[in-house]
Amino acid sequence: MSAASQSAHAADHEEDVKGHGDHSGHGSFKGYVTGFVLSVILTAIPFWLVMGDVLGSPRLTGLVIMGFGVVQIVVHMVYFLHMNTKSEGGWTILALIFTLTLVVITLTGSVWVMYHLNTNMMPMTPTSLHQHH
Amino acid sequence: MASHSPTLAKDGEAPSFYMEEDHHPEGGTMLGFWIYLMSDCLIFAALFATYAVLGRNYAAGPSPKDLFDLPLVALNTSMLLFSSITYGFAMLEMAKGEQRRMQLWLGVTGLFGLAFIGLELYEFAHLIHEGAGPQRSAFLSSFFTLVGTHGLHVTLGLVWLIVLMVQTEQKGLIPENQRRLQCLSMFWHFLDVIWIGVFTFVYLMGVLQ
Repeated sequence: MSAASQSAHAADHEEDVKGHGDHSGHGSFKGYVTGFVLSVILTAIPFWLVMGDVLGSPRLTGLVIMGFGVVQIVVHMVYFLHMNTKSEGGWTILALIFTLTLVVITLTGSVWVMYHLNTNMMPMTPTSLHQHH
Repeated sequence: MASHSPTLAKDGEAPSFYMEEDHHPEGGTMLGFWIYLMSDCLIFAALFATYAVLGRNYAAGPSPKDLFDLPLVALNTSMLLFSSITYGFAMLEMAKGEQRRMQLWLGVTGLFGLAFIGLELYEFAHLIHEGAGPQRSAFLSSFFTLVGTHGLHVTLGLVWLIVLMVQTEQKGLIPENQRRLQCLSMFWHFLDVIWIGVFTFVYLMGVLQ
């Protein structure tokens, strides 16, 4: 290796270090404004749906606003928290996926078990006694 | 770079550079803080699950429909959303090295955060005054625990924000302060993400029932 190629390599390396530091991410003006505008829209629509009773059916409205909530969380993750598959060599996204798995298990598991607990309990009141026999 | 010049290598000895281990400039702190946020996320998941299970046990007391004031919640939500984008602007100024402007945006962020906490405390005081305090029913216990934990996080975020503003004023935009401000940025945006879950699942869905 000649001295010239080695110093070129060192310079490359330095650039790499800098580039690496930068992409941990400050985002851009455009990115933040895009995220903000999307968030305002994704917040305003659910409030409008509920306060104006637009869809009529509470069940349908509930599902729709849950959908808007999930989309808005993704928007925040991408535009404000600068999540991507490459940052920290993919470890942040891996930690996120692991956490989301636990969150889903915690939420669905709790709701599932607790809502079925009542049906599986011994009948206590006269009315439920009749229903179960 | 002079100290790493290959001419320093002695005869017969392979020139070595600082390549022995993986470089992680700031990466360690950021990833570590991210993992803390994920563990915090699990705390909130447990509180959301508690609310999902207990949220309809009114104990013959008031229901969400009787209590929640959606225009107030919408105002509160907008405060937190505004504070998110102003913190983003502060980070952009930090990247450009504009300390004064960054401090200004951080100050604006702090004011929005303070407005959020103020409105939440007003709401809590109002509920307790009406006799709908945390001891009224399982629904209200889980409501106050979930929303109160989020509010406590925002309050501590405000304390952290003020500390960092003072530190930046004293020491300038040194790498350590930049790293701290990036951590707080993640914390702040994370709290906004949790709030999306709160206003959707607790307030809007509560009023729907």
